[in-house]
Amino acid sequence: MALAANTMQTKNAGWQGLATLGVALLLAVAGYAALFVAPTEATMGLIQRIFYFHVPFGWSAFVAFAISFVSSIAYLRTRAPKWDWLAVSSAEVGVPFVTVMLVTGPIWAHPVWGIWWTWDARLTSTFVLWVLYVCYLLLRTLIDEPERRAVVSAVFNIFAAFDIPLVYFSIWFFRTQHPQPVLGSGGSLDPRMLDVLLLCWGASLALLALLLRQRYRVEALRWEVERLRLESDSRGSEPQGFAAVSNKGRSA
Amino acid sequence: MALARPIGILLAKELRTEFRTRELLVSTLVFVLIVLVLFSFTFDPTTAESRRFGPGLLWLALLFAGSLMLHPSFTREQSNDTLVALRMAPIEPVSILAAKILANFCFLLVAELVLLPVFAALYNLRIVPVLGRLVAVLVLGTLALSIVGTVFAAISSQARMRELLLPLLLLPLLTPALVASAEATAGLFESPPALPAVWVGVLAAFDTIFLTVTWLFGEYLLEE
Repeated sequence: MALAANTMQTKNAGWQGLATLGVALLLAVAGYAALFVAPTEATMGLIQRIFYFHVPFGWSAFVAFAISFVSSIAYLRTRAPKWDWLAVSSAEVGVPFVTVMLVTGPIWAHPVWGIWWTWDARLTSTFVLWVLYVCYLLLRTLIDEPERRAVVSAVFNIFAAFDIPLVYFSIWFFRTQHPQPVLGSGGSLDPRMLDVLLLCWGASLALLALLLRQRYRVEALRWEVERLRLESDSRGSEPQGFAAVSNKGRSA
Repeated sequence: MALARPIGILLAKELRTEFRTRELLVSTLVFVLIVLVLFSFTFDPTTAESRRFGPGLLWLALLFAGSLMLHPSFTREQSNDTLVALRMAPIEPVSILAAKILANFCFLLVAELVLLPVFAALYNLRIVPVLGRLVAVLVLGTLALSIVGTVFAAISSQARMRELLLPLLLLPLLTPALVASAEATAGLFESPPALPAVWVGVLAAFDTIFLTVTWLFGEYLLEE
């Protein structure tokens, strides 16, 4: 059994290595395209190129949170642990993606607007979004019993997801100095810029998928370890060694 | 409606428990007063400034008060495991939540109505001409606070560090409600007073959305 699991892991590791290499290459190509292929923006100059990371990572973060939201509903409906793993994995990958957006934004804003940060509606609402999912991850660390944690955090996740449109709704009523969305609002974008933007989005989505898969497997193992630990606790003194051995076997 | 009777009975129970001690009511009142007074010490606002910042400050204070005061709604049930008894009753689980939301709504609204004249006096605001519309905004904003506050009290009561956790979960989620209530209230103190329809709409949408979400998913929080 343990042997079979080990060969499986070796096989997985091979695919994992290939996938990692592929994503790294894709990111490198996207980075090259953003820096050298896309035309330089007329008024802002070189600093505008940060846009090819800022926007795709923001979009991908929304994809991650959408996956998290759907998984939380699926968990409450089916009670299959895998949905909880997917919910926490995608939220935990989405948070650093929003962080990329929140960090690259001020780097761009400082030379262009002359300030690092402004309490503009869109910036504020993205910041609130980030805080909401950090709180979701925090909540999960504060509940020990795995099933309780899954149920309670799924409900919080659903509340947070329904809150996001309300938070972003405010953009239409506050005056905003953030550049308007590039797609769907008739904004003019050079076709080459759009191609590079979409390539960068593809790269960030690939990175998202890779991290998500990795994090999902970690969560599955963590669940298994917790289950074994609970099992051994309920059986008394003997299982100490059993739990230690099985943990070791799995983390190898 | 099958829900109305259990909700009525449970609401009566919640109100009776609260009015025996008046914990929530008194501490909310005192807390908001302290914040209002501390604000004028910290910033030493002129009359015009206090008029400008007053509505936002009032809502911020109420939100903080709610995030600190609402957690007993569930922790109170834990000391004697009374939530188990409530769950065993042949009623829809969501009616337990609904009764607690209504009870917290009543406490907070009573506290606000008591605070209103004091607030108006401290911040030089004329509330009498806009009283009806002001109460409407208070009702919508307080409903938002009590829906999400009660549900999150159920969430945080099942975690460690629950007193600290409730504000952390509640305050970011209530951002749209805070902005909308503060803006709607501020509109009432401009000259001429006007109730901004957009913000009332946001508040109404907030209340409707989260009442529905609670109705759909709230009962999972009450499982054993």
